[in-house]
Amino acid sequence: MRPRTRKPGTTLLCVGSILFLSLTAPALAIDAPETINIDVMSKFYGPVTFDHAMHVDYASCEECHHHTTGEIVADPNCARCHTHHDAKTVVSCSKCHVADRFNQEYISKLEDPELYHLDKPGLKGAYHLNCVSCHVTTSGPTGCVDCHALTEAGEKLYRTGAFTPETKTASGKEH
Amino acid sequence: MKFMEKLSRRRFLKSGLAATAAATVIKNTDSKASGNFEGYPDGMGVLVDLTRCVGCRSCEAACNKEQGLPEPEKPFNDFSVFDELHHGQKRRTDETAYTVVNRFDMPDFDHPIFKKFQCNHCNEPACLTSCFVNAYTKTPEGAVIYNADVCVGCRTCMIACPFYVPTFKYSSAFSPRIMKCIFCYDTRLKLGKAPACVEVCPQEALSFGKRSDCISMGRQRIRQNPGKYVDHIYGEHEVGGTSWMYISSVDFDKVGMDTTLPKEPILNSVKDFLAIVPMVLTIWPALFTGFHLLATLKDKVMEMEMEEKRKEKEGQA
Ligand code: SF4
Ligand code: SF4
Repeated sequence: MRPRTRKPGTTLLCVGSILFLSLTAPALAIDAPETINIDVMSKFYGPVTFDHAMHVDYASCEECHHHTTGEIVADPNCARCHTHHDAKTVVSCSKCHVADRFNQEYISKLEDPELYHLDKPGLKGAYHLNCVSCHVTTSGPTGCVDCHALTEAGEKLYRTGAFTPETKTASGKEH
Repeated sequence: MKFMEKLSRRRFLKSGLAATAAATVIKNTDSKASGNFEGYPDGMGVLVDLTRCVGCRSCEAACNKEQGLPEPEKPFNDFSVFDELHHGQKRRTDETAYTVVNRFDMPDFDHPIFKKFQCNHCNEPACLTSCFVNAYTKTPEGAVIYNADVCVGCRTCMIACPFYVPTFKYSSAFSPRIMKCIFCYDTRLKLGKAPACVEVCPQEALSFGKRSDCISMGRQRIRQNPGKYVDHIYGEHEVGGTSWMYISSVDFDKVGMDTTLPKEPILNSVKDFLAIVPMVLTIWPALFTGFHLLATLKDKVMEMEMEEKRKEKEGQA
């Protein structure tokens, strides 16, 4: 369905940007962890070990970290306000993008008429939107299991693997 | 044009229904449907962003699990379903699947567009206003739910719905059951939680929030990404507004959505007739004969509708 070619050196990892990562900008590639284990939302898919060091060759910091790592802000929507591009002390995705994006408390905060960031994706959305769109343009892996394996709960949910439906014939329905 | 034909069919339906029922019922002026109802102020909604959907079918899988629907024929990670055609049509929602994702190949694009579809939970649902026995309810949270206990299986709602959503489970002739998306009302929405499909979607192609906030969100997304989206939120005004709304990078008619729908609720024209609805319950027995006639009529109308849809499809093909 989609390009699945893998660049040499690409390991099995992809879905994340950077999770529990604290670093200051000038020391960037040096302080940045080699790999990050993204497991906070693991349920139907297993955790992702994100090869941060490898991804540094593919994207500049601000492409994933927006206005927090000290580079000139790339996204014009961010640059409107974030004009001082000094490095922030916290740059990890999960500090701004919440895992439980649609909980009641969070949703009610969106009613603040002054709020600008009313459309900030949750953590899972932030990862996939950022990673998948880049993987599409750079021919990185884009299949779900190219980055994270299905768990047993996942196989059950998708009715696949051990839970694949038995082929139906008699009951096969017409729409 | 198509729309006019539909309306006239509905008008025909209306006169048929009204003639059947008016003989026994006195008009009740306290109509349930009010005309310019903007939806419950705190009603929830979902914004579906077609540019984000990657067709992973996780939402279908989650829906199947949450609603305890029958085992699918193919696994939910089998993408050959996108090539299926049923009587020349792409997959549709039915009594075994309250939501389906379809792929639309775009000649001008290097990638297809995927569209998730389900009941749109209209502000003024035609299914609700058309139902004699008040089987449907629009809850303040935004869901359009139904009560299988009172449904008589007349199938008016199937015809009335502008999106062809309600289907019936015919497994028992004596207890007809409407089958359609209920916004996960019982298990989630009522408790303030997002529906199962929204929660599982990896791409956040589905954003859950107050309906009014979903509109602001959609507007902001359109404005901040110049050239990316068609400047329209489908469902903001269509048929009086729907709780589920869509934004897209391609014209909505290219992804199988009816762009000829009016801004007014589809059944506005039958309001007078609908006013009799509450009376039905009190004069139940007298109406049974009427129901029978009605059911027969409904079959005919539905056949006509199907026939016409088929013709339309053939015309398009
Ligand atoms: S989409 Fe159809 S079934 Fe759903 S609320 Fe509207 S009229 Fe009723
Ligand atoms: S889960 Fe989300 S991305 Fe996947 S098919 Fe459904 S709407 Fe599209």
